[in-house]
Amino acid sequence: MRPRATATIHGWLLLAPAMACLAVFTHWPAVASFWHSFHSTPKGKRPARFVGVENYQQMIGDPIFWKAMVNNLWFALGTIPLSVGLALAMAVWVNDRIVGRTAVRMAYFTPTILPMIAVANIWMFFFTPQYGLFEQIAGVFGLSAGNWLGSRDLALPAIMIVTIWKEAGFFMIFYLAALQALSPSLAEAAALEGASRWTFFRRIQLPLLAPTTLFVLINAMINAFRMIDHIFVMTRGGPDNATTLLLYYIYQVGFSFWDTAYAATLTCVLLALLALAAFVQYGWLERRTHYQ
Amino acid sequence: MSAAPRPDPYAPRGLWRGLESGAAILLAAMWAAPLVYAVWAAIHPAEFTTRFVLSAPLTLDNFARAWAAAPFARYFLNTFVLVTLILICQLCLGTLAAYALARRPFFGRDVAFALILVQLMVMPDALIVENYRTLAAVNLVDTIPAIALPYVASAFGIFLLRQAFKQVPRELDEAARVEGAGPLQILLKVYVPLARPTYIAYGLVSVSYHWNNFLWPLIVTNSVEARPLTVGLAVFSSTDQGVDWAVICAATLMTSGPLLVAFLLFQRQFVQSFMRAGLK
Repeated sequence: MRPRATATIHGWLLLAPAMACLAVFTHWPAVASFWHSFHSTPKGKRPARFVGVENYQQMIGDPIFWKAMVNNLWFALGTIPLSVGLALAMAVWVNDRIVGRTAVRMAYFTPTILPMIAVANIWMFFFTPQYGLFEQIAGVFGLSAGNWLGSRDLALPAIMIVTIWKEAGFFMIFYLAALQALSPSLAEAAALEGASRWTFFRRIQLPLLAPTTLFVLINAMINAFRMIDHIFVMTRGGPDNATTLLLYYIYQVGFSFWDTAYAATLTCVLLALLALAAFVQYGWLERRTHYQ
Repeated sequence: MSAAPRPDPYAPRGLWRGLESGAAILLAAMWAAPLVYAVWAAIHPAEFTTRFVLSAPLTLDNFARAWAAAPFARYFLNTFVLVTLILICQLCLGTLAAYALARRPFFGRDVAFALILVQLMVMPDALIVENYRTLAAVNLVDTIPAIALPYVASAFGIFLLRQAFKQVPRELDEAARVEGAGPLQILLKVYVPLARPTYIAYGLVSVSYHWNNFLWPLIVTNSVEARPLTVGLAVFSSTDQGVDWAVICAATLMTSGPLLVAFLLFQRQFVQSFMRAGLK
């Protein structure tokens, strides 16, 4: 009994600093969001009071909230498959002995280490109407690139392009690591059996990459809720909330309108979505993923 | 590193190799375009921002003007202090926690690990509202520690180090114990040195993440004294400059400069670090 008790005390002492920080900055704020979502925002001398589900009722009637949700859905649907697909293509290419492999790999990976806020400035210029880079290129062919960032229909796709550009090279790394970990004898055996390259990719490489795909999908999913830095520079949620994503809306409500109770309510929705994503990915996909 | 690679029977050949290389290079050109363009705009006078002629004169004037227009020296210092502070805290807390989780069986360990992993999903970015409330309550808003605090315990770091520690042979641990080393000594003399590649990998990932982080620093700072580079750049390019793209490009390159130069010099190391961090 005694050594076990000592081990427990030692174990928790080692964990204590990290656990304390996590408790204060991860566990507590999650619980506090839930608590504050049932209270009003304190104003001046008026303290917060319990209001039941009033904030949630306000949210259901809030068109901007629904706009942000729909935008976020499109944003996820647009960025996740494309960035993961491109990442896989990049990894396969870079893994093969193509011409200029090192330079190509560097080009793919560089966006990962650049600050999003900084590259958003450059992309912003690309999209600028009249004299932006896309406009100049289109001008050569006598066309007009149009005002993407000022258009209700094209602003979100523009934001999505930048996101894909930023993420794909990052996800490529994980695929590349997995590809390089595959045994070369797999390819030798498949070639002996006369499998075509496509068959080898589809029936052998792809299934063996499934755990990586799962990992990348989880990351892409989280990023779909998190990557909003470029919105601050490129559109500020506009035009007409066309690029307002959920986290950006939380920022606006919490730190522009200072309606902290409503921001806490929106945070609860975000946390619920993240929990759902975790549940789906780990619970359902994990079971269908093939491990060696 | 290893013996000569075995020939890959599926390596593309001939025309197919050309096609594949062409596609890959085209994509690479698209991926490199923003950075290449930024370099072009930054080192040429403003009238050549959209005129691509090889005879355009070179200049460093844009950098000088950007540097003079905002307190970038202070921003650099802030970012440097910030990433150093975060990294040191993350490594210290992470090492202790990972050691306990990897090699010290005790009551409640699995629950503790699960509680830590929650942070992988519920990242600090999602909790900006309540974290701001907490830091305002203890009067830390607009300080560098306030930017760092939500990140000092990193589930990702703990997870990586735990994996690394688990691979240390138990015999080494036991041998050190027989020699009379205490738990902390074993950790510092056996585990930490053997996990060095993981420390380097995680360090690079952490530094580049926090060098580039924007949302939380934007919220929690409002003065030059605390603002990191990313927030400083955003303030600079949204208010001060209007549409002087050459200067904005220069400032953009400047803020990403140290990381970019480090990346170009140690490309292999960076890529391998990110790979290592991604492998379970």
